[in-house]
Amino acid sequence: MPKRTDISSILIIGAGPIVIGQACEFDYSGTQAVKALKEEGYRVILVNSNPATIMTDPDMAHRTYVEPITPEVVAKIIEKERPDALLPTMGGQTALNCALSLKKMGVLEKYNVEMIGATAEAIDKAEDRELFRNAMTKIGLDTPRSHHIKTLPQALEALTDIGLPAIIRPSFTMGGTGGGIAYNKAEFIEIIERGIDASPTNEVLVEESVLGWKEYEMEVVRDKADNCIIICSIENIDPMGVHTGDSITVAPALTLTDKEYQIMRDASLAVLREIGVETGGSNVQFAVNPENGRMIVIEMNPRVSRSSALASKATGFPIARVAAKLAVGYTLDEIDNDITGGATPASFEPSIDYVVTKIPRFAFEKFQGAEKTLTTSMKSVGEAMAIGSTFQESLQKALRSLETGLAGLDEIEIEGLGLGDDRNAIKAALGTPTPDRILQVAQAFRFGFAIQEVHDSCKIDPWFLEQIKDIIDTESKIREFGIPKTPEALRRLKSMGFSDQRMAMLTGGHEADVSKARRAMDIRPVYKRIDTCAAEFASPTAYMYSTYVAPFNGAPANEAQPSNRKKIAILGGGPNRIGQGIEFDYCCCHACFALGDAGFETIMINCNPETVSTDYDTSDRLYFEPLTVEDVVEILKLEQSNGELLGAIVQFGGQTPLKLAHALEQAGIPILGTSPDMIDLAEDRDRFKRLLDKLGLKQPQNGIAYSVEQSRIVLQELGLPLVVRPSYVLGGRAMEILRDEQAFDRYLLGTLPELVPNDIKARYPNDKTGQINTLLGKNPLLFDRYLTDAIEVDVDCVSDGKDVFIAGIMEHIEEAGIHSGDSACALPPHSLKPAMIAELERQTKELALALNVVGLMNVQYALKEDTIFVLEVNPRASRTVPFVAKVIGKPIAKIASRVMAGQSLASFALIAEPYDHIAVKEAVFPFARFPGVDVVLGPEMRSTGEVIGLDRSFGVAFAKSQLGSGTVVPKKGTVFVSVRDADKERIVPTMKMLSDLGFEIIATVGTLRYLEEHGVKGKAINKVLEGRPHIVDAIKNGGVQLVFNTTEGKQALADSRSLRRTALLHKVPYYTTLSGAIAAAEGIKAYMAGDLEVKALQDYFEGKSAQAS
Amino acid sequence: MQQASSAHSLHPQPLTDATGWIEPVPTALLVLADGTVLSGHAIGAETTATGEVCFNTAMTGYEEILTDPSYAGQIITFTFPHIGNVGTNEEDIETVDMAVSDGAKGVVIHADITSPSNWRAVKHFDSWLKSRNIPGISGIDTRALTAHIRDHGMANAVLATSADGVFDVEALKTKASQLPSMDGLDLVPSVGLTKGLDWTEASWSLENGYGTLGSGHHHVIAVDFGVKRNILRLLTDRDCRVTIVPATASFDEIKALKPDGVFLSNGPGDPAATGTYSVPMIKALIEHDIPTFGICLGHQMLALAVGAKTMKMHQGHHGANHPVKDFTTNKVEIVSMNHGFAVDRDSLPKNAVETHVSLFDGTNCGIALTDKPAFSVQHHPEASPGPRDSHYLFDRFVAMMKDKKPRAA
Repeated sequence: MPKRTDISSILIIGAGPIVIGQACEFDYSGTQAVKALKEEGYRVILVNSNPATIMTDPDMAHRTYVEPITPEVVAKIIEKERPDALLPTMGGQTALNCALSLKKMGVLEKYNVEMIGATAEAIDKAEDRELFRNAMTKIGLDTPRSHHIKTLPQALEALTDIGLPAIIRPSFTMGGTGGGIAYNKAEFIEIIERGIDASPTNEVLVEESVLGWKEYEMEVVRDKADNCIIICSIENIDPMGVHTGDSITVAPALTLTDKEYQIMRDASLAVLREIGVETGGSNVQFAVNPENGRMIVIEMNPRVSRSSALASKATGFPIARVAAKLAVGYTLDEIDNDITGGATPASFEPSIDYVVTKIPRFAFEKFQGAEKTLTTSMKSVGEAMAIGSTFQESLQKALRSLETGLAGLDEIEIEGLGLGDDRNAIKAALGTPTPDRILQVAQAFRFGFAIQEVHDSCKIDPWFLEQIKDIIDTESKIREFGIPKTPEALRRLKSMGFSDQRMAMLTGGHEADVSKARRAMDIRPVYKRIDTCAAEFASPTAYMYSTYVAPFNGAPANEAQPSNRKKIAILGGGPNRIGQGIEFDYCCCHACFALGDAGFETIMINCNPETVSTDYDTSDRLYFEPLTVEDVVEILKLEQSNGELLGAIVQFGGQTPLKLAHALEQAGIPILGTSPDMIDLAEDRDRFKRLLDKLGLKQPQNGIAYSVEQSRIVLQELGLPLVVRPSYVLGGRAMEILRDEQAFDRYLLGTLPELVPNDIKARYPNDKTGQINTLLGKNPLLFDRYLTDAIEVDVDCVSDGKDVFIAGIMEHIEEAGIHSGDSACALPPHSLKPAMIAELERQTKELALALNVVGLMNVQYALKEDTIFVLEVNPRASRTVPFVAKVIGKPIAKIASRVMAGQSLASFALIAEPYDHIAVKEAVFPFARFPGVDVVLGPEMRSTGEVIGLDRSFGVAFAKSQLGSGTVVPKKGTVFVSVRDADKERIVPTMKMLSDLGFEIIATVGTLRYLEEHGVKGKAINKVLEGRPHIVDAIKNGGVQLVFNTTEGKQALADSRSLRRTALLHKVPYYTTLSGAIAAAEGIKAYMAGDLEVKALQDYFEGKSAQAS
Repeated sequence: MQQASSAHSLHPQPLTDATGWIEPVPTALLVLADGTVLSGHAIGAETTATGEVCFNTAMTGYEEILTDPSYAGQIITFTFPHIGNVGTNEEDIETVDMAVSDGAKGVVIHADITSPSNWRAVKHFDSWLKSRNIPGISGIDTRALTAHIRDHGMANAVLATSADGVFDVEALKTKASQLPSMDGLDLVPSVGLTKGLDWTEASWSLENGYGTLGSGHHHVIAVDFGVKRNILRLLTDRDCRVTIVPATASFDEIKALKPDGVFLSNGPGDPAATGTYSVPMIKALIEHDIPTFGICLGHQMLALAVGAKTMKMHQGHHGANHPVKDFTTNKVEIVSMNHGFAVDRDSLPKNAVETHVSLFDGTNCGIALTDKPAFSVQHHPEASPGPRDSHYLFDRFVAMMKDKKPRAA
């Protein structure tokens, strides 16, 4: 069946900003879909509000709308573009929900748009719990048994069927409030009563507990001829009870016999058929009782997903690409398997001859007050994947890929030890799923636990436990006997996945010495290809992983075959984390594209399965490997053995590759672009200060401290308030504004100890100060005088060392002191005078030339009363690069990478073209996932992603940025305002404007008094502490549509915290900075003035050179 | 939960002794006819095996594979690294009679055998190999070996074990190079039953284990070239009363059993060699319009009986992920494959049409006669291990027994 010719244009909806549960895997799948459909000659229209995506590059889709993904806005795009079809399965839940709304609003019918890939009925059937359960019953598949009850007697009757433990879920409560797990009858009665009370409908679902059961996932693809294939099976090491996104998972499933596997396979296909997924990819999740194999269906997603991205990377089978082609009518046998170079069709099931391990990465440290326990609600912000020949190799590679400081199964403290009942303390730790549980399992074995005991506590399958125990047993042998002196004995250890660093830790030696000894014995990794077929067919695709294997007829069989070309390696950013995410992957991809176009062979090294950079066709050669010195040096040494390796680009992937720069240089790998020494200079307070002095530039008064004692001296010198941060961190980890001495002490003795890596802890047991001083000795604390109420500005530029091109000057909406990643910003600046802009450009150029920047550079400035202070200089790609590139219509990351490869900047003939649009970038936060965490912004970055609002006026652009980030922009209703004294004067005009627009104003007594004194009318409302009814009651009752709340001081912050949390949970827009509130009001005014217009990115640059390369 | 005792170490050779690290000594060698020598650790029985080395890319079902009589005379290399992960059990055996059947000669795996982890496991894989007298070698880069087979074809080999690591490598090389080729070998006598047997076991389910025969409406004679149990069970599921007869059974002997249909089973070896005695019987079946269904070697036998030719393949098909297209429905089925010989499409007579084809390499995977009720497939619709997409072929056979009409399109 050939492709459809009755449709010619297709709208793809993206996933919007990066949030927990919906990250850059949807850029990966969306990009594949756009490319696949373009290849087939369709006109592709794309909407996605996330500017950091590859899919929204202007040369990807024919028409790109970086507009908010709301049904109203997408309806306008449909009205304008009149697509024949809508593909809703590439943009996660966001796209599915939006498509469903468009269908319900009648938009699709009105404009005759056909939904392809999934029908509204199928989406409904998969998403609605009741419909889904009925569908499963119909095809004879089990789901967890459950009963809806309204009274205690009904509940007790239900219990006789369900049994204990039982899950209790009150209906219609936010975030599972009032529910729980009952392990005994008394507890059951208690939770039922509480649940009935908590539910607005007094209804509770009593559900069978499958906690501790084994969890599996099947990735399925189906075409319209009903050909179904399984791409990959995935087994969760963490049993049921932990969200699959938060679980450590392996592929393929490792503890199923063929009979059980085939039952699951058949069930998966039956689920797709019954739900009605006609074409495309889906995943089906199962729970299996380890005692008797009983299998139940948990859920299915009728779309590509995080796990389909993982499955694609794990097998080499591009699910999204294939799904897009199936959606336009192809059948699987008509599509080539790219990986085998088209030698085989896509209608087969990948066979893999290695083990893949995925470990999630968390950011609990950024959310004070959040519980570290993992539940069925996802909390991880990224993940690392590793591939090894065996589970052990794969696991240990995955652990070091995480970049959380682990070299393997590093030792970890278990809470509660030494209190007299160590065994039970360990059991308790194992029984609670947390990000560190895998390490605690290992630790338990170090304490002599047996496999069965550990299994009893954590329910992890004994197969995995035996493997982990074997690693720990072997570690103790390494401790006892040191590193083996003979080659095969050492190779055995390396094939278990032990890194040189871990072996050095175990023997008290240095990693470099272990590596040297290993190479002296010629024990080196070889590289195997991920080929979808377990070597049955030769694969021309260089998608590879390292492994240590036994020699094959003389020497270990290496499939890397480095070419004789001129090549450049691009080092990726590793797992996503707050502060280092998709923006850096965007830059890495652009480097691949641009350098490939320029005729170089591109080599990508990365370990993040969600990204576009780890798509096998982004670079010429892809090494899916941990970004550690050992792993990267081995690859690049091998690549140097043939052809010419010009060097490595380490400045595009965030801090991850930067940290490797020195070691790579020492290993003889040239670093392209700005020299690592200059990068160091920018990070080194003393050297940087001298440079600024030389250039006559100012910076806030500052100091540096290499010890706790020195910190106190700096405090004396600078005075308060101060901004403090540890050197060499991204995303403002542990960055704080210290306003009083208590805060200062809390920082030194409370925050810093959390940052101490395990190896330092091990060296100075029970000596906190010693530990901290050791840390600071290498990574000193940096103190800056905090500039109150200053405007912060970000500048991005490209330089080749001779010329500098200022790409963008971004004015932050929030004042200096809010992390730049968490602050909204406007490009071009909306309130700066031309003379100030010119001066910022001049200073930036001076800095770039002085640092001899070759490539990208980002500078952060603070402007206070017309004085410019340099806050920091980052001679590398910054988070704002993709945003700037999209807004100015110039691919600056591509240009920068060509410059790094030796091309002159002048050859690009870049001119700063004026443009008449303005863009606002807004951050999105995961606060709703972390109960108990305050949402007030600060110097520590906590946003997971960003959206763009693009329009001709600042107000509309800001409104779009709010809509895009999921915020409701109210057009009427009540505004609650409560601001600190310093903000009272400046909030007046804003409140007056809102009042004039028809908003009612309620305020706390102090704020109201000030407003009324200045002619703004409003009503008083109690603070929470002032008694009920108070503001939180009002929000809960739906009586507040907008919240402006600025606070300072520990007590005031604590007092108003519940107000902000309540606003968050009830989706009432809230602004916690004055400038944010002012911008929001402007946005509301613009939004009310008329309908939002939509405009394709391509139209902003009509007649201009949008593509400079 | 099954968790084997500590009797089995994860490391066939300990990593250390009292004094320190042990430099491992090869306790098993796999010596190929072309002189390639691979060293590893001995697993399973302490004996020597000879045979043709083939690879299998299935990720599950090693027990079924190792008990599939079609693998007689072969040493199986598993591309999936963790073999033995779910142990072994009594239910997943595919050989009809373990006592008479030869099955696989040896096993080559990558990772050391782990303790089994599966609720149905009853025996550690290593003990199972020992009890079956199958030697094996672990610690082999089976991917490299697979690539070697892909590039150079399936080679004969000797798998030798030695607890003290002492081998006469040259002698092994000579031995390997002198092994008879699979070409022209009739291996059926080493796996098939020598006398008749009635079969009544039906398919396995999670809840009830194996089922039993229902009405037994159809009487099927299964000619045993090395039949797999799951074929017999799928027939039993469909109300077929199955009588297994030896491969050497004559047409008259079969006719005397009053069959509603005859099933030609899978089996090992060169079809041409087996054909010398079974082709006349099959020709007679066709002539007498007895509904006939063949699988694998049975497929090749049917082809030979209608005058087509078979040929040895370069690397063969061995896996559970192969796509096959059914031309009668235009649907793609994912199937289990295990064959080293194929039917030469160009040699098919006019009254035999090609019904199935491999989408991997375009080789023939099925034929049906246009004028007689007989059809056959090269792949393994009974799966076990592998996907069960092709179970419909058993329905086709039953339908054919009902209406006795040709099934060709």
